[in-house]
Amino acid sequence: MDGMSLLTVTVLAVFVGFEVVSKVSSTLHTPLMSGANAIHGIILVGAIIVAGQAAEPWILAVALLAVVLATANLVGGFVVTDRMLHMFRARKDVASGGAPVQGAPLNQSTGKEDPK
Amino acid sequence: MTRLDPVWTSLLYLAAAVFFILALRGLSSPRTARRGNLIGAFGALLAVVTVFLSARLDNIPWIIGAIAVGTAVAAPVARRVQMTQMPQLVALFNGVGGGAAALVALLELSHTADPWVRVAIVFTLLVGAVSFAGSGVTFAKLQELMTTRPVVFPGLPVVMAAVLLAAVGTAGAVVLTGSPALAVLLMVLGLAAGALLVLPVGGADVPIVISLLNAFTGLAVAASGVVLGNVLLVVAGTLVGASGSILTRAMAAAMGRSVAGILFGAFKGGSTAGSTAVSERPVRSSSAEDVAVLLGYAQRVIIVPGYGLAVAQGQHTAAELALALEARGIEVDFAIHPVAGRMPGHMNVLLAEANVPYESLKEMGEINSEFRMADVALVVGANDVVNPAAKTSSGSPIYGMPILEVADARQVIFLKRSMRPGFAGIENELLYEPQTSLLFGDAKDSLAKVLGAVKAL
Repeated sequence: MDGMSLLTVTVLAVFVGFEVVSKVSSTLHTPLMSGANAIHGIILVGAIIVAGQAAEPWILAVALLAVVLATANLVGGFVVTDRMLHMFRARKDVASGGAPVQGAPLNQSTGKEDPK
Repeated sequence: MTRLDPVWTSLLYLAAAVFFILALRGLSSPRTARRGNLIGAFGALLAVVTVFLSARLDNIPWIIGAIAVGTAVAAPVARRVQMTQMPQLVALFNGVGGGAAALVALLELSHTADPWVRVAIVFTLLVGAVSFAGSGVTFAKLQELMTTRPVVFPGLPVVMAAVLLAAVGTAGAVVLTGSPALAVLLMVLGLAAGALLVLPVGGADVPIVISLLNAFTGLAVAASGVVLGNVLLVVAGTLVGASGSILTRAMAAAMGRSVAGILFGAFKGGSTAGSTAVSERPVRSSSAEDVAVLLGYAQRVIIVPGYGLAVAQGQHTAAELALALEARGIEVDFAIHPVAGRMPGHMNVLLAEANVPYESLKEMGEINSEFRMADVALVVGANDVVNPAAKTSSGSPIYGMPILEVADARQVIFLKRSMRPGFAGIENELLYEPQTSLLFGDAKDSLAKVLGAVKAL
């Protein structure tokens, strides 16, 4: 791809990046950061390409190190984000399953599951 | 094996890029967040499959082995980590991503003579190395492998300036000569710059720095995409860089701080430098039974959870205490400061883990006017987020940060480990006010004792 097209794509991506997160609530700052963190783990694609072209052992070794690091970023990032968000979902299940009235007091919404 | 047609390759990469955009948008709203993350993971999987199908690759068994190793290390850690330690894990993952980008750029150096591609290479090397070392120091601070206080030494600005100048000079030389040895030197300078950048940052500001370094890694990945001529890397990296910068500013705003102030504050001596000194001034300390009486005969109680609660793994006990009080007909809410815990939104995650229902978690703007109706504000392991110094003392490092107005409540009870100041290292005047009493001890133990005493009432 030529330089001008790359520049165009980059500038458009900057604005899309600004736009998609502009209205995020502070509750979601941490999962969003973690999710974005996972996305840049896509450097794995670059690491695979470099490792696939490596002809000398030391180059292959460095490239494979990059593959390991990038995989850790990508896989770990998505897994830890999913765990965080799972807890948000669990909370909603409790709220919708246990409390028919919105804003119901605490003892009604979880009392059945936690007899203590 | 026949390789995928270039048009199909481009289309699949484009699809992956769209999935990443949808992922970020999904993550911005509580309703769609989990699906958003899964869409992102699917996009990543699609991209990785595409590269295997399309690029001319040797060493495939080795590559698959390396992916297996990376997965085998990261997935169990990510699955098992305590939610309290999650900020440092995110920092760690961010750092290794930056490191991977730098290594990719280093290896591509010998493949090009184009000066513009070399510019992208030196950018990736430098920013990736800064992100790697910076995240490493952040990890060490959060894991308390080193002091959480700002590390400053005389001449730090001079050293930093010298490192940066040397880095710019070396970068220029790499662009002109393409020398791998100089490229390695540039990486080392980047590592030094990353460490020096984060060392002076005070503990309370560390989350913002994680977010900033996250954006840095995104930019490094985008630049590596230019190096490899891979549009997906350019788009994904730029997305993260742009959304990461917005997020960093939003986080800083939630704490009433500016990003520049955090990064360069310590150089001017204005960061969250604090003392570890333990004050000798008298406070009213109290027993679990006294606290139980105050709580048990109140009508309205607001619990203010902080990092101390999370460290002690006391969120479940806090949830039980809330249930016990509600069983006595007392109205109980949790007041969540936007930066309670160690990252914005961290406390919401922790309390959700303990099954505290969504309706009981009140955000700062919603609850602040209600403190004056509350009989008791129970502050569990929080300090800086309720420190009136943020409003009253303009010289204070947290001045300007919005706080929870617990001082408006009729009684304030602090559950604290000791009189040591909070993460930001500043004294809390509220501790010495007449309506305040303190119960010393580990947050979970104290809560359990109070819970027992409430049940015995």
